[in-house]
Amino acid sequence: MTLLKKIAETQVWRSIFRHGYPSTPRNRALAALSNVFLHLHPVKARKSGIRLSFTWCMGGITFFLFLLETITGVLLMFYYRPTIEYAYNDIIALREHVPLGIMRELHRWGAHMMVLAVWLHMLRVFLTGSYKPPREFNWNIGVILLLLTLLLSFTGYLLPWDQLAIWAITVGSNMARAHPVIGHEGPGASLLAVGDVSLVTPASDIRFGLLAGRFVGAAALLRFYVLHCVALPLAAGLLMAIHFWRVRKDGGISGPM
Amino acid sequence: MAAFESFFNSFASPSLVIIISIGVFLLYFFRMRMMMQPRVSFAIMALTALFLVVGSQNHDFFKIITKGDNMPIVIMIFAILFFLWLAFRQATLNDMRLEQGLPPNEAESSNKKVLVWPDLVYPEFVMTVALSAAFIIWGVMVEAPIEEPASGTRAPNPAKAPWYFLGLQEMLVYFDPWLAGVVLPGMIVVGLMAIPYIDTNPKGNGYYTLKERPFAIFMFMFGFLILWVVLVIMGTFLRGPNWNFFGPFEYWDPHKVEALVNVNLSEYFWVSWLDMRLPDNPLQRELPGIVLILIYLLIVPAILARTVLKKFFHQLGFARFSILVVLLLMMASLPIKMFLRWTINLKYLVGIPEWFFNI
Repeated sequence: MTLLKKIAETQVWRSIFRHGYPSTPRNRALAALSNVFLHLHPVKARKSGIRLSFTWCMGGITFFLFLLETITGVLLMFYYRPTIEYAYNDIIALREHVPLGIMRELHRWGAHMMVLAVWLHMLRVFLTGSYKPPREFNWNIGVILLLLTLLLSFTGYLLPWDQLAIWAITVGSNMARAHPVIGHEGPGASLLAVGDVSLVTPASDIRFGLLAGRFVGAAALLRFYVLHCVALPLAAGLLMAIHFWRVRKDGGISGPM
Repeated sequence: MAAFESFFNSFASPSLVIIISIGVFLLYFFRMRMMMQPRVSFAIMALTALFLVVGSQNHDFFKIITKGDNMPIVIMIFAILFFLWLAFRQATLNDMRLEQGLPPNEAESSNKKVLVWPDLVYPEFVMTVALSAAFIIWGVMVEAPIEEPASGTRAPNPAKAPWYFLGLQEMLVYFDPWLAGVVLPGMIVVGLMAIPYIDTNPKGNGYYTLKERPFAIFMFMFGFLILWVVLVIMGTFLRGPNWNFFGPFEYWDPHKVEALVNVNLSEYFWVSWLDMRLPDNPLQRELPGIVLILIYLLIVPAILARTVLKKFFHQLGFARFSILVVLLLMMASLPIKMFLRWTINLKYLVGIPEWFFNI
């Protein structure tokens, strides 16, 4: 006890934690206030709002899963090269050469569960009417985060470069060629034309833009990799910051007025 | 076992699965208080589990439900049954309190504020540790699937989208890609975003209730459960090679033959009823369908505004009401098209393949 006390009195400790052990109301408030991570929370919250049966913790679980995906994803990036020569073999090597390697398992099961957690979070928010004023805008941020979650999962689906990956992405991206006006098999595709020359062709439509090619190939793999590892996580991170901030600004977890 | 298998296989058609799902949904919705009693809800969960356990005697069924990437859908089934119970149990209890003139249960402690350290931070910490442990165990027990190397020339049969998009892939049976893959998903997103702005009912903000907002909850739950979750489950477990429909215990025979007997509305109209040959001009040919679509999108909203949805028209005003009705009609278009397909084998209401414009 005295040793712990001594450590807590050192200059190093006190430079990091600016309050005593959080056993008094004052120190507990300071614990939340003076820590950048805990600062996501208010100092005090509605008792009804933080009940597990009210929130199901689904927003928190979604955030946990995002962190899990980020950590395991960064580790996977060390072993993975997004080219058709290497991608599949690198995934096999992960299994064959890394003892007790479960990063890919954690990443995959976590990704599936994150989609489910987002759905359940939205279900909870809907059923408690928590999208109603003043939280309309934050519901909208949430819908975009749902889309980003699905897109993250969809882009990640391609990366193992196995039969499941390439054909799931082929089925999914084939939808884009039926996009009205800007897909080459969509209604109105012939509207964009100069004289007899159509501007919307298999080599210039929205699907081509998505895949960087007419088929799911090397360019699509690289494109999905960059989206999956850089662009989409950054966008999701930014929107999550806004989402959490707005939860607090809009009055915390919802409750009856 | 054979009787068990053939009993469940006998429900094996999309129409029966969806109609039974809608029946169960209506039973839940209109007998909520009974269905939400813990013993009823947990009996349903136990029966579902029993079905999976007994069904697992069948080797193919066992292989499908324990396939790594299908495990999330099995988890989803139980998660949804459980959380529906958790939510609507609280809603029915709150509704009883509201009937007695009491505030909802959440109001009892909503003015009481507690310090987030430790009351929120500790549960979060426990949840983090528990989930980490659960995922590590799951990761050690089940290997992440990897199939053969990608080949652009050998398509697997069936080629399925990721599981969370299987609802959209199921829609492809009834609509062309431009609707099922672009317009309707777009409408889902727009519709979700519009919810806070078209639901002007101030009640039920911040607590579980059903009585105070039955319409909003009915529509949302119908869309989510029937038109999304059920279609995902169907797409995962009951759609096999060539996207043919298979019973849960049926062998996925890639050579199963399904007759394509679907007929366009224009053929019904010109050939069967008027006994003429199809007009050459596509617009004239598809005129009956075009008229029907215009009636559906323009006249039906006006009728709804004066009859069933009169109350909403007055509450919401013209702009909000129009958005609400268009969204509802777009949502209803899927079950309507399904129903037309099952009853009169309708292929397209409007079929202009020349312009990729098929509805």
